[in-house]
Amino acid sequence: MFKITTEVITGEEVREAVEGPDAGAVVLFFGTVRNNTDGRPVKCLEYEAYPPMAEKKMAEIAQEISDKWGIERVAMTHRVGKLEIGEVSVAVAVASPHRKDGFEACRYAMDRLKQIVPIWKREVWADGEAEWVKPDAVFFDTPKPHKTASQID
Amino acid sequence: MNVTVKYFAVCHEMLDRSEEEMELPDGATIQTILERLEEEWPEIAEFYEVMQMSVNWEYATEHTELTEGDEVALIPPVTGGCNV
Repeated sequence: MFKITTEVITGEEVREAVEGPDAGAVVLFFGTVRNNTDGRPVKCLEYEAYPPMAEKKMAEIAQEISDKWGIERVAMTHRVGKLEIGEVSVAVAVASPHRKDGFEACRYAMDRLKQIVPIWKREVWADGEAEWVKPDAVFFDTPKPHKTASQID
Repeated sequence: MNVTVKYFAVCHEMLDRSEEEMELPDGATIQTILERLEEEWPEIAEFYEVMQMSVNWEYATEHTELTEGDEVALIPPVTGGCNV
């Protein structure tokens, strides 16, 4: 299951999507809306996605996990729209025979989601200002595919 | 040929529209679209450094050639998930 949703995420849906008799572990990750960013109070977050491409990229991440760990059961869902403090923005579930691979694959899924899945976050600050979140510096250091080799420092 | 161009997040805000149909000459690439947008809104060029593009839900480059009916999107740096 790979889904962009406007509904509240409880985690049941992703957990049920990966459960099976050969699983010895189900790793479940929730990303939640924190009340501050680097100490600045946050009122709420607004997420926007490009749903068909986001779901396609989520499926590709699951394929990468299958290739790396042989884990076939991965589910991801990301909510869009306005989210209040404490609400779940993203849930990832990974079912694996053993917990070590499950933890690693779940972490990998989130890391990749933040790299390649077209979803954007807008912080609405408690003081009323709002801005689209810029990714960290590491992102900007990564060569972009639309640059030619000669343009990359 | 006609293509659909979609704008998200900061691009949506900057251009004040989420998508549009564009009529392009045969042989046009994504670069053709970027140049046309830059004419309308020169500031958008600053974002080209960090922005990616897609054609039909797959990441593409500025040199990617377009065909009739393609769905193109400007993809600002993605920031999904949570800050952990």
